[in-house]
Amino acid sequence: MRQDTKMAAEAEGFATAIEMPPPGNGSEGGIAIRELGHSYGELETIEQLDLELAPHGVLGLVGPSGCGKSTLLELIVGLREPSRGKVEIDGASAAAARLAHCAFMPQRDLLLPWLSAIDNAALALRNRGLRRAAARREAGELFERFGLAGFERARPAELSGGMRQRVAFLRTLIAGKPVLALDEPFAALDAITRGEMQGWLANALSQHPRTVVLVTHDLEEALYLCDQMVVLSSRPARAVGRLSAPAPRAVDRDEAVTDPAFVTVREHAMHLLREGTK
Amino acid sequence: MRRWLLPSLLLVALVGAWQLAASSGALADLLNLESYLVPSPAEIADSLWESRGLLAENAWVTLQEMLLGLGIAFVVGVGLAFLMHLSTLIKDTVNPLVVVSQTVPILVLAPILLIWLGFGIWPKAVVVALVCFFPITVSTLAGLGSGDPEAAKMMRSLDASRAQILWRVETPTALPSFFTGARLAVVLAPIGAVFGEWVGASSGLGHLILFDNSQLETARLFASVVVLSAIAIILFALTAFAQRRIVTWR
Repeated sequence: MRQDTKMAAEAEGFATAIEMPPPGNGSEGGIAIRELGHSYGELETIEQLDLELAPHGVLGLVGPSGCGKSTLLELIVGLREPSRGKVEIDGASAAAARLAHCAFMPQRDLLLPWLSAIDNAALALRNRGLRRAAARREAGELFERFGLAGFERARPAELSGGMRQRVAFLRTLIAGKPVLALDEPFAALDAITRGEMQGWLANALSQHPRTVVLVTHDLEEALYLCDQMVVLSSRPARAVGRLSAPAPRAVDRDEAVTDPAFVTVREHAMHLLREGTK
Repeated sequence: MRRWLLPSLLLVALVGAWQLAASSGALADLLNLESYLVPSPAEIADSLWESRGLLAENAWVTLQEMLLGLGIAFVVGVGLAFLMHLSTLIKDTVNPLVVVSQTVPILVLAPILLIWLGFGIWPKAVVVALVCFFPITVSTLAGLGSGDPEAAKMMRSLDASRAQILWRVETPTALPSFFTGARLAVVLAPIGAVFGEWVGASSGLGHLILFDNSQLETARLFASVVVLSAIAIILFALTAFAQRRIVTWR
């Protein structure tokens, strides 16, 4: 009898451990940025920024190198507190509350070399107390769906650049947070792989819709993946322009980016980017 | 192949040259000594065999001192490194003392340890530990801090606690560096044990070396050195083996 109660309690603990924020219902993951400013000591990195992003919106942050894009991303996800203004995610503005809503994918894939691909992807589940076997089972389903079947046990060093990036993205997705923050996820890849990965990501997001903030310096990538885009000036960053992606978009990446409407918006963004660096 | 062949060839050449120089009396003449004071490798090998019981008995004593001392060094060394990694306050407080502990000559400390800890295994083990914990602490601490700060951010956004970041990211990151320190420590251990025995012991290879020195038993003295080196080489090889089995991602 005592044994039974103990097991029931354990099973209950298990259930709460694997419970994830429900990302699919469309009511979570809204981001509001108000009068945001940030400085590192004397150095002002973000001058002033206001932004609104609806749940399941995909926002591209584009700007010249060193303009504070990565800092902005860290401010949004709650890895940093801003010097001025505030960031709210679903109405919560405390850093810890924001961090609980966001999964962050850093610039390099940062897969842990001592873990297999599947254990890397399942990191968030393990951090929440799920046992290894259960975490692997859960992550394994997404491995199959996203073209990684057969590579579960491979160490990161055995994977190609594109596959490493896919595992890193799955690791972010499996965390089950309503907001995904991607910091130049494909910058390190060659042009062909990058194109493939953009198509892959678009497909993954259509199957698992989330609110996404994507930092990139690739205008085509931003316009192809995002529904709105903010062009930032060089440091201290401010918004020099806001653009909406041309709709409707072709599903195929190559078709999408050669569409005349797409090219027009891209050239306009390029112009804004140049203005912002003056 | 090359890794073993080249050092072996060099060793054979050196031992061969020594054999020739010693057995012809050239080395003794050169040093202006009686020839029994300059044993040849063959004589040392003879002594190794003849005194095998005595050598094994004393080697066992020294080995126990080394293992106990290394055990203390690993626990204290790794423990200090983790504490200093987790708290800047502890690091700033303890780190200078850790460095100071290495500037005090062991030959000064050893007699005091003998008075405090008695005549048994402990003063020797403590000398071994004092010599060996330093490389372990320094290398483990450096390894723990060598991780990518971006990895910690990634883990935080994946709901990792501080302890989980430490265990899942920082500890594996520190392992290669820890093993570098461990390999240094195991080859320092025989030196510590011999020092400890020289100050006061009734058995052990260090004690035997001191005794043979006073008795001009030079062949057996060298035999003791050979046994001591063999122990160090075996410990080093075991550590390297453990590293290859554990750090499989490099």
